[in-house]
Amino acid sequence: MFPTPLEKRPPSARITYQTFLPLALIMWLLPLIAVAVFSIKPGADFTNANYWGMPSSFDFFENYGQVFFNSDMPRYLLNSFLITVPTVIGAVALSAMAGFALGVYKFKANIWIFFMFVAGNFVPFQILMVPVRDLTLDLGLYNTKTGLVLFHIAFQTGFCTLFMRNFIKALPYELIEAARVEGISEIRIFWYVVLPLMKPALAALAVLIFTFIWNDYFWAVVLTQGPESQPVTAGITAFNSQFRAMYHLMSAGSIVAALPPVAMFFLMQKHFIAGLTLGAVK
Amino acid sequence: MTSLKSTLLAALAGSTMLAGAAFADGHALSGDLKIFLDTSNPAPRAAMEASIARFGEQHPDLNIETTVIDREAYKTQIRNFLTADAPDVATWYAANRMRPYVEAGLFEDVSDLWQEPEIAENLASTKGAMTIDGKQWGVPYTYYQWGVYYREDIFKELGLSEPTNWEEEKANCAKIVASGRACYTIGTKFLWTAGGWFDYLNMRTNGFDFHMQLLQGDASWESEEVRATFANWRELIDMGGFLENHQTYSWQEALPFMVNGEAAAYLMGNFAVAPLREAGLSDDQIDFYQFPAINPDVELAEDAPTDTFHIPANAANKDAARAFLRHVVSAEEQTIINAGDALGQLPVNAQSSVDDDEFLNQGFEMLSSNSPGGVAQFFDRDAPAEMAKVAMEGFQEFMVKPDNLDRILSKLERARGRIYE
Amino acid sequence: MTTAALPNNSIPDRSFWQRNQQTWAPWLFLAPAILFFAFYVIFPVFQSFNLSLYEWDGLGEAEYIGLRNYEDLYYEFIDRDAFYTSLKNNIIWLVMYLLAIPAGLFIALFLNQTVTGIRLYKSLFFFPFVISQVVVGLVFTWFYDPAFGILNVVLGWVGLGPVNILGNEYTVTYGIILAGLWPQTAYCMILYLTGLNAVNPEQIEAGRLDGAKGWRMLWHVVLPQLKPATFIAFVVTIIGALRSFDLISIMTGGGPFGSSRVLAYYMFEVALSEYGFRMGYGAAIAVVLFAIMMVFICYFLWSMYREERR
Repeated sequence: MFPTPLEKRPPSARITYQTFLPLALIMWLLPLIAVAVFSIKPGADFTNANYWGMPSSFDFFENYGQVFFNSDMPRYLLNSFLITVPTVIGAVALSAMAGFALGVYKFKANIWIFFMFVAGNFVPFQILMVPVRDLTLDLGLYNTKTGLVLFHIAFQTGFCTLFMRNFIKALPYELIEAARVEGISEIRIFWYVVLPLMKPALAALAVLIFTFIWNDYFWAVVLTQGPESQPVTAGITAFNSQFRAMYHLMSAGSIVAALPPVAMFFLMQKHFIAGLTLGAVK
Repeated sequence: MTSLKSTLLAALAGSTMLAGAAFADGHALSGDLKIFLDTSNPAPRAAMEASIARFGEQHPDLNIETTVIDREAYKTQIRNFLTADAPDVATWYAANRMRPYVEAGLFEDVSDLWQEPEIAENLASTKGAMTIDGKQWGVPYTYYQWGVYYREDIFKELGLSEPTNWEEEKANCAKIVASGRACYTIGTKFLWTAGGWFDYLNMRTNGFDFHMQLLQGDASWESEEVRATFANWRELIDMGGFLENHQTYSWQEALPFMVNGEAAAYLMGNFAVAPLREAGLSDDQIDFYQFPAINPDVELAEDAPTDTFHIPANAANKDAARAFLRHVVSAEEQTIINAGDALGQLPVNAQSSVDDDEFLNQGFEMLSSNSPGGVAQFFDRDAPAEMAKVAMEGFQEFMVKPDNLDRILSKLERARGRIYE
Repeated sequence: MTTAALPNNSIPDRSFWQRNQQTWAPWLFLAPAILFFAFYVIFPVFQSFNLSLYEWDGLGEAEYIGLRNYEDLYYEFIDRDAFYTSLKNNIIWLVMYLLAIPAGLFIALFLNQTVTGIRLYKSLFFFPFVISQVVVGLVFTWFYDPAFGILNVVLGWVGLGPVNILGNEYTVTYGIILAGLWPQTAYCMILYLTGLNAVNPEQIEAGRLDGAKGWRMLWHVVLPQLKPATFIAFVVTIIGALRSFDLISIMTGGGPFGSSRVLAYYMFEVALSEYGFRMGYGAAIAVVLFAIMMVFICYFLWSMYREERR
C-alpha cells in the first residue's frame, strides 16, 4: 500500500492523522456547511448582518416550508424527475445495444463508428446550441420536457456507448461463442446471455447519467423556459431572483435542488464510483 | 411582395377588428387565451393576475391560461416563444426594444386599436413609444419615473437639501462622503443600472436630442459632448460617491446599503420604493428628487420606461387578445393595477387617477410638467440591443476604472461603426 | 409459434437470416443509437459550420456573408476585445483546471489509509462532485462576497483584505476556476483512490527494498501504475475546462465588464442572451472552440487507437 499504512507508523503519526482528518473535512466542506447553516437561519439574521454567527432562531420549517409551499420548486423538482428518468432509460437502452454491437462483432466500420461516438462525446456541446435549438423549435418540442429528453438521450449515448462497449469487450467472449454454437439467435444472445452480465454496468451508468442530467443547466436554459418544463437547476435561478438577497431561502432552495443526486450517490455509492472510475484501473 | 403582404395583413387586421368589435358588442369571447407575463416579482405578479381574473369574470366562456416567467429569463425567451409556441398576449418593452420582433414580423400590428377613440384619446402620450414605421405594435400598461430616491433622515442629519444643480449635488455628495457614507448605492452586475446613470448625465450635459442621436448611432462616442458627460461622471466617481464593489451586486443586493445607512441615495426607477419600504424604511425616511440640472442651457429630460402588452403575430385567439388589450388599458383597470399596493407605478390612461402615493405623485408631477426636454425610455430600450450591451459594459468598466476612458470610448466607437452600418 | 401458419415462407427466410445475421445484427443494434446521435450531435456540428458563414438574428432570414464573421473575430482579437479575452481565459482555464489532477492525487494519498470511518470520509470528500454547478457557483459567490463573504472574514483575522475576487478583472477568472476546481478535484481524487487500490503491493515492497521512499517512491513506482487513472483524469479535466459555462453564468455573467468570459459563454452571449442576436457569429465562435477541442479529441482518439491495436 502507498503511502505507508498508519499501522506501520509511530503512534504520534496516527494521532496527528486522526485529528487532522476531521479538520480537513470541515475545511473541504466549509462552503456547504455555511449554506446548510444559512438555510435554517431566520431572514432577520441577514438584515442584522449576523451572517456567520449562531442562528438567532431555528427556522428550518419556515424556510423549507417556503420552498415547498410558496414557490414553484416542487414543480421544478417534478420536472427534473420527468426529464432525468426517461433520459436514463433511453440512453442506457440505446447504448447497451450499440455497445453490444461494437463490443461483440468484428466488422470494418466498427472502430470508426466507435470513434464517432467517442469524438461526439468530447465535442464542446456549445457548438450544438444554435442548431439543436432550431431543430427543437422546428419539431415543435421547444419548451417541452420531451425535447430536452430526446436531446439528452442522443448526447449521452456517446458517453454511454464508450462505457458499455469497453465493458462488454471485457466479458468472456467464449460465452457468446458457446451460445452461437447452440444456434441461439443474436438477439436472444443479447437479451439472455449478455444483458444479465451487464447488470453492474447498467446500474453504474444509470446512476451516473442520473447525476449528469439532473445537474444539467446549459440545455435547460437553451431548450426550455418556464415552470411547466424547466428542471430544477434552471428553476433555482428563477427562484433566486424571486427571493433575491434573501439568503436563507436561496440556501434552502439550493439544498433542496441538490439533494436528489446526493441521495442517489449515497444510496448507490458502489455503482456510482464503479461507473466513474471505469478505465482508471487496467 | 412585401407591400402585397402588408396590404393583405392590413386587410386581415381590418376584418378581425370588425369581428372583434362585433364580439365586444354582443357575443361572449370563447376559446383559450394564453397570456405570458414577465411580472415575476410578488406584488406585480399579484396585481396582473388579479387584473386577468377581472377580465375572466367578464368573459366566463374564455379559458385563460396565464404563465408568469422570471423577468430576466423572459428577456431571452421571448424570441423563442414568439416563433415557436406563441401565446396570445405577451408583455414586453416599448421603443427600440421591440424593434427586432416588429421587423421580423412577430408582433401583430394593432394600429386598429389605436384608432378607437377610447385608446386614441387617452393613451396619446405614449403613442410615439409604441410606433415603428408609422404603425403601432402594442399597448402600454404601465410606466414609471426614474430619479433619485434618498434617505431623508440622513439628509436632515447632515443638513442637506435636495440639490437642483450640479454644484449643489457635488457639495451634498462631499458632505455625505465625509460622514463615512457613499452618496449613491448601485449594483452594476447586470449592467443596466449604469445605463441609467449615463442616460441622466448625458441628457443633463448634452440634452435629450443629442442623447437620442447618440443612441441611434448618429453621433460619435469619441465626441467632445460625450467626453464632457464622462468628465461629469468622473467627478462623482473620484470623490468616492458610488458604493464600492458595485460590480458584484445586482440592483436588489445594493438596496441593503441604503437601508443600513451606508449609502444615502439611489438613482433608480420607482419600483425601488416597494423593496425599500419592505425592508423597513418608513416614508419619513425616504424621499425623491429629480436628477439635478448640470448644463443650464439644456432642458430637463427624464427616463420613464414603459412596459407593454403585445399580440404575437402567431397568436391563435387574436380577438380575445385585442379584448384583453382594451381591458388592460381602460381607465378603471389602469387605476387599479398601477395603485400603490399593486404595481405602484403610473397609469398610461389619461382618465385614470394616480394613486395617492408620495412617490407616484412626485413622479407624475415631474413627468407631466417638469420634463420639457422630452421623455426617454431607457438606455437599453432606446439603443439597439447589441450597442446597449457593449456600451453598458463600458460604463461599468468606467465606473471601476475611470482611467480606461479613452480605450472604452474607442471600443464603443468601433462598435457603433459595426452595429449601425 | 408462427411456424405452423407460415411454413413456406419462414424456411428460406430463416436460413437467409441465419446465414447473414452475423453481418446484419450489429447494424440493427446500432441503428437507434446512430440515428439519434447523427440527428442531434453529428449533423448539428456541420450545421454550425455552415451557420458560421451567415448573418442571422434568429428571427428573420439568414444572409450569406462568407467569412465575415471570422474576419470580425480576427479584428476583435487584434483589438483585444471580447473574443481575445475569451480566448485568453479559455487558456487560463485549461492550464489552471489541470491543477485538479495533482490536488486530487494529493487528497487521494491523504485518504488512502485504513482508519475507522474512512469510507465515510472518502464519500464526504467526494460529495462536491455530485452537487450541481449552479449550486456550487452560488455557494462560492457568497464565499467571495466583498461585504459578508467568509473569505474576507478569514482574511480579516490575519489582518488582510478585504478583497473583491469576483469584482476584479485580474482575479475573477481565477476565483471562478477555484470554484470549479472544488468538484473537479473530488473527481480526480476518486479516480486516484480507485487506482491506488489496484497498485501492486509487491512492486511497492520491491521499491522499499531498493530504498525508495516518499517522493521517489511516488514518482518512480506508484505514478507509473496510476497511468490509466491519470489519463482519464486528464481527459475529463480538459473537457470540463473547455465546457465551463454554468459557473461563469451563475457567478459573474461574464463580468465585471466582460473580463471573465470564455468562448463557451461568449458564444451564448452573442447568440441567445438578452442582448444577443448574432446566431452566425455565435456559431463562428463555436467553431473556434471546436477547433481547439479537436486537438485534444485527436490526441484522445490516437491514444485509444494505440490501446486497441495492442
